[in-house]
Amino acid sequence: MNFSNFLLMGQETGLIVVVIILFFCDIFSTGKTAKWFYPLSIILFSILTLWGFCPKPEGEAFGGIFVTSDMTVLMKNILNIATLLVFLQSYRWLNSKEQSEEKGEFFIITLITLLGMYLMVSANNFMMLYIGMETASLPLACLAAFNKHQEKSAEAGVKFILISALASAVMLFGLSFLYGAMGTLYFNDMSLTVLNNPVTIFGLVFFLGGLGFKLSLVPFHLWTADVYEGAPTSVTAYLSVVSKGAATFALIFALFKVFGSMDIVWQNIIWWLSVITITLGNLFAIRQKDIKRFFAFSSISQAGYILVGIIAYNAQGMTATVYYILAYVFSNLAAFAVISAVENQSGKTSIAAFNGLYKSNPKLTLVMMLSVFSLGGIPVCVGFFSKLFIFLAAASAGQYVLIFIVVLNTVISLYYYLLIILAMFIKEPEESAVATFKSDIYNRIGMLICVVGILAVGLVSGIYSYINSLNWVI
Amino acid sequence: MNILLLFVFIPILMIGLLFLTNSMKTIRSIMVAGATALLALSIVLVILFLRERAIDPIAEMLFISSWSWYAPLNISFTVGVDGISVAMLMLSSIIVFTGVFSSWNMNMAKEFFLWYCLLSIGVYGFFITIDLFSMFMFYEVALIPMYLLIGLWGTGKKEYAAMKLTLMLMGGSAFLLVGIIGIFYTSGHVTFNLLEIANNLHIPIEHQRWIFPATFLGFGVLGALFPFHTWSPDGHASAPTAVSMLHAGVLMKLGGYGCFRVAIYLMPEAAHELGWIFLILTGISVVYGAFSAVVQTDLKYINAYSSVSHCGLVLFAILMMNRTAMTGAIMQMLSHGLMTALFFALIGLIYGRTHTRDIREMGGLMKIMPFASVCYVIAGLASLGLPGLSGFVAEMTIFVGSFQNAGVFRTVLTIIACCSIVITAVYILRTVGKILYGPVQNEHHLHLADAAWYEKISTVGLILAIVFMGFYPSGVAEMISNSIIPIIERLAGV
Repeated sequence: MNFSNFLLMGQETGLIVVVIILFFCDIFSTGKTAKWFYPLSIILFSILTLWGFCPKPEGEAFGGIFVTSDMTVLMKNILNIATLLVFLQSYRWLNSKEQSEEKGEFFIITLITLLGMYLMVSANNFMMLYIGMETASLPLACLAAFNKHQEKSAEAGVKFILISALASAVMLFGLSFLYGAMGTLYFNDMSLTVLNNPVTIFGLVFFLGGLGFKLSLVPFHLWTADVYEGAPTSVTAYLSVVSKGAATFALIFALFKVFGSMDIVWQNIIWWLSVITITLGNLFAIRQKDIKRFFAFSSISQAGYILVGIIAYNAQGMTATVYYILAYVFSNLAAFAVISAVENQSGKTSIAAFNGLYKSNPKLTLVMMLSVFSLGGIPVCVGFFSKLFIFLAAASAGQYVLIFIVVLNTVISLYYYLLIILAMFIKEPEESAVATFKSDIYNRIGMLICVVGILAVGLVSGIYSYINSLNWVI
Repeated sequence: MNILLLFVFIPILMIGLLFLTNSMKTIRSIMVAGATALLALSIVLVILFLRERAIDPIAEMLFISSWSWYAPLNISFTVGVDGISVAMLMLSSIIVFTGVFSSWNMNMAKEFFLWYCLLSIGVYGFFITIDLFSMFMFYEVALIPMYLLIGLWGTGKKEYAAMKLTLMLMGGSAFLLVGIIGIFYTSGHVTFNLLEIANNLHIPIEHQRWIFPATFLGFGVLGALFPFHTWSPDGHASAPTAVSMLHAGVLMKLGGYGCFRVAIYLMPEAAHELGWIFLILTGISVVYGAFSAVVQTDLKYINAYSSVSHCGLVLFAILMMNRTAMTGAIMQMLSHGLMTALFFALIGLIYGRTHTRDIREMGGLMKIMPFASVCYVIAGLASLGLPGLSGFVAEMTIFVGSFQNAGVFRTVLTIIACCSIVITAVYILRTVGKILYGPVQNEHHLHLADAAWYEKISTVGLILAIVFMGFYPSGVAEMISNSIIPIIERLAGV
């Protein structure tokens, strides 16, 4: 056993250390000291996030099942930022009467799922990928059921665990076929022996199905709306951004590293998946009355856009996809910050609760507006650039028809995003409208980070260039 | 520092200042100062441009600067102007300036002007940039504020109109985006720079065949191309005064300018091959718009349909593809921009007092508000092409240019389009006769006040510009016409 392997796992080790510290703090923080637990967690995790930006060694560990490169470090950093933003917006919910005893669990469980996602990103072996996915999924069910006194939350937890188990089973089934076809699960070895034969395709399809559940692609999306609606808003935000991001990164590595030589096969599959996902996600989103369900379908269609970047199968496609996730983190979490602020204030999650919000809470409304514009791809928000880069990447692979369908879908998506704008700015408030209120300092910091991200990431081209400059190997 | 960047920086500065203030007085002074600065800047630019042009008569674009933006994708932010964009910038400044005075008494003025400034950033940015990426970006920046401007401050079926307008224009930009991406990859070297594509690269004809319709259609939606013009009447009718002015006056010109600068300029072969399809559509626009205006009873609808007809004429002339007609097209953009803005300013003025836009409920306004009525008559005369006003110059040039084309097809279409002049006269004279002359329909109207000082500034400013163009067309035409030469050369070289 060579312990130097652990040096390569710097971020994972750091995360485990944070979890352990929080665990002990949680045990010993009772009574008066309890109120320090939340700031402490935020500070510790912020330090970890910042430390992620320090240069890290590259290499393979444990005989090649774990790999780390500047690209994986960047991906983990993106996940870290997203998780930090989720933590920042959960302050009021965690300090509500029902949850005040369970702060520790929330942080610890969330960070353990994050560890699983780290492993998914760094996996260089399908077994590792599978273990990472399981580590990420099972505690998430716990989180979905976190509001345990609420029926909907419990229902969400049960639905999520059943679907996760099913997805794992499907994926494992696919992996066993791949193993049968190639005799190995190491990415590096598989890419040398992969052949375009029915067994491999069969395995690939099931593998994609398994990840499709995590990414909530149509037709594996049926759990999404219910779980998003039932789960606590912070958990929904985490599910829709962090969990999706990790699955995307894992998908990129698996497809690009292992199945590179059979790109025609998976490009076909992904073509159809993305068209169906975007279209159905959009069409269902139009009719939603609940804002969390609304964002569930919106995030389904966003997952479709991610696939458009992956389909390019070149460096540009990978850059565009990672960039897209970064843009999506800021855009979507800004929306969830507002949703959770409004929900914690008024207890309402219907879109009608946002009617006339501009009159009572103009700043919240502006954050929501930026987020919605960014998701809809309006300049100068980052969403415009990320969408454009995705399309450019797909066009570099000659996928003009796909781009055309997707761009038309952008117009549909703009329709329902404008419905939110319509509610906030133009509609008259209901009688029991949300009154003017001040959100807590943490949530405001979170919103500020999101707004800066939405406005700056696109206009400052350095970030795209940095992602593009990272070495990686197909 | 390039002088052109000021066109974007001044509105950004205005937005920043507006955020800080809340008092109506400060808001007004910021807007007036900013709009005046923009107007002065445009005049300075015209002078500088003419001077530079005299020194260097060959260069296609002047004041070119380029900043690398997304280096891995070879995307840069490039600005530059030729005579056409300078004319367009001048037009935008006049309308932004007069629009501020026409919306003197807005409720929620701060928010209104914030969106107004954002809209003008989009418009100015579109005209100063010469690379497709930034052009597309500014194009979308100009579209989205319309939703809230109409939805919040509009009248009538505003929510419906705002959504329809936004979605139709965004649908157009979807076509446009696919076209632009097509140009980016098929021209032979990945670049968005217009001049580089036009002069050094060539898009293969088999790609031109799909990119040309996509871009022409994309911009054409904004230029009220026939089957996609339906957003325009609803949108203009519901929009508040200044927004109608800016939208009909400038934003619709983005469509014509884009068709000209992107679709025809970069893809001359396809323009020759497929131009006839769009020529028929624009021909329909011209005549259909005029006929629809005849049967409308709402003042804004009349003017909106008349815009469809006049903007159709712009695209029509561009597709005639000769120097005279294209010069006429640009002059028509300027002329239509000015007179339609004047119309909307006056309609806003009248509606603000009578609270109706139905021409059947008005009459005899000439006695009640002589100033506004005289201005309305001038706008009407400009619209139906009275010599000495801008409309005559533009339409004359267009039809003379169109008749220069050989071939029965184009001649017949020109004759049909010419008929629109007569129909224009019908609806203009009918409206003028109905609302300005004749008996007073509603006795409450007798006590209405004439135009206030701020409304006078806005209308007189526009009338001066219209008269200037009518009396000194050669100066304007020369500036435009020189810039059309490179495009004509490309079209002839096919």
